[in-house]
Amino acid sequence: MFKLLDGPQTLGRGRTFWSCFLAVLAAALIYPVFADSYDVGNFSYFLIWVFMALGLCLIWGYGGMLSFGQTFFFGISGYAYGVLAINMGGGSTTIAALVLSVIIAMIAAGILGYFMIWGGISGIFFGIVTLSATLVLAFFLGQTAGPEWHIGTARLNGFNGMKGMDPLTVGDFYIEGSALYYVMVALIVIVYIALRMLVNSRIGNVIVATRENPQRAEMLGYDVRKYQLLTFIIGSGLAGLSGALYTSWGQFITPSSIGLPAAAMPIVWVAFSGRSDLTATLVGSFLLLFGFQTITVYSQQAALVLMGTLLLATVMLAPQGFVLGVGKLVVDRWTRRRRRDANSTLADAGRLQSDEA
Amino acid sequence: MALVDVKGVTKRFGGLTAVSDVDLTVNVGEVHCLIGPNGAGKSTLFKLIVGLYPPTKGNIFFDSIDITEERPFARVQRGMSIKMQAPSVFKELPVRQNIQIALQGRFSGAERDVEEERLLTLLDLASESSKLAGALSHGQQQWLEIGMALALQPQLLLLDEPTAGMSPEETFKTGELIKSFNAEGMTVLVVEHDMAFVRQIAQRVTVLHLGKIFARGSLETIIQDEKVAEIYLGKTHAH
Repeated sequence: MFKLLDGPQTLGRGRTFWSCFLAVLAAALIYPVFADSYDVGNFSYFLIWVFMALGLCLIWGYGGMLSFGQTFFFGISGYAYGVLAINMGGGSTTIAALVLSVIIAMIAAGILGYFMIWGGISGIFFGIVTLSATLVLAFFLGQTAGPEWHIGTARLNGFNGMKGMDPLTVGDFYIEGSALYYVMVALIVIVYIALRMLVNSRIGNVIVATRENPQRAEMLGYDVRKYQLLTFIIGSGLAGLSGALYTSWGQFITPSSIGLPAAAMPIVWVAFSGRSDLTATLVGSFLLLFGFQTITVYSQQAALVLMGTLLLATVMLAPQGFVLGVGKLVVDRWTRRRRRDANSTLADAGRLQSDEA
Repeated sequence: MALVDVKGVTKRFGGLTAVSDVDLTVNVGEVHCLIGPNGAGKSTLFKLIVGLYPPTKGNIFFDSIDITEERPFARVQRGMSIKMQAPSVFKELPVRQNIQIALQGRFSGAERDVEEERLLTLLDLASESSKLAGALSHGQQQWLEIGMALALQPQLLLLDEPTAGMSPEETFKTGELIKSFNAEGMTVLVVEHDMAFVRQIAQRVTVLHLGKIFARGSLETIIQDEKVAEIYLGKTHAH
């Protein structure tokens, strides 16, 4: 298990990294004790999107498939949660609604992914098809304002969006505020650890091999289509998790959370962070969401312009991603320093020996 | 006994017939070389055998099983292993990981670690194992890819111009490596231009010309065939 956590596909290994990880986790756990409830709620909101970013990191960074479909699955799962929570009567059934809505998103990913991957769609065309699916869903949901557009008692409500579903509930206890924050932190730790183990496993080896050279991977006896589909389903399922959590958090969802500006956001987060590393994506996405939200308070337009500028700067200056670049720099310097220290210790030992002689 | 049996295979690209009604048999345990001048259809025939192209007509059998409709990965799972013409390795991954990816389908645990070290030593890549594969020289990348193909411990090793870009020393060493694996029972089919290399390794030779079988037989028979020399070997003899 430890071998999988510290494997070659993830930056950040060894005792130092895991000590930092535990320190950050401890800080995250005690944060609600010192922060006010508004900030804790905001942090929960940022963390909701991190699943979608990690999912795209897996699909794009590790699997080599640029998907514009994260908000497509976000929307499917978000609306599915609303429909299920409203029709199942709320309360504890919201937990089942959450699980089912993620499964629905994964089934949708399985169907769309099957036709794309078995149909030989790759490269830029993968992005075009997923973006088309996203825009079609956003457009479709936007014209469902009439009363005839309902599933059971849940009305879709067009651009105004669906509302009236319960938040996540256990018995009579609504999972909100600090409780929601702790659920988010726990889920992120589980998902992050699980993804690290996946990408460092034998399956992960084939996933990155397929990204690097699909023909060579197939020539080693791997049906690369199955690995690509698996990657797409897991990554899209994580977008679905974000969608269901988002709907339960705000108790509403609208088509604008699916459309083009929303669909571009995960690409910016992951590109800026460093698409080929889970840790960089986790840290970078959180920082960007935090920054975006802070600036949005003053001007939403300015925040959007900043996002565009960051994407351009990433493409021009750090195609591998800024956070990953900084991470690699820190690791390089750390390793070099340790080597230098080790060499000087050896030299000292040698001098002592010669002095003694 | 035939391991590969190509029966009446034709491949057309629009109006161009690259391979026309070709029959080819590769017997168990032999090193079989496929030669011919540029444009003869060697690489096309190779790609038909490995499954990268579907034939327009005809059938391909492996170990008496019709594999004509099978994708490349399924053919590899049956016991083929392939090295393409241009080095085709995972350039952004370390050398060791390239070997690990090739080995992991067949070995696990300590057995895989032993095999990994054995291959890296055999290929003279042990000291380069932490380098990215893309940082290796062209010849080393060729070797790495041959190593990845060997990692599958195939019944049939298919090599498309394995020594392209190698120095004479590296070429000779590759030939000896192929011969050593053949001595252990591996069947090898090689598409090759370099006649010195063909002389070093071949037991049987098939000559393709304009998409058709022009001649076939033992290495000695082919070398002495004047018609073959006319279309292909003349210049090489001059060396």
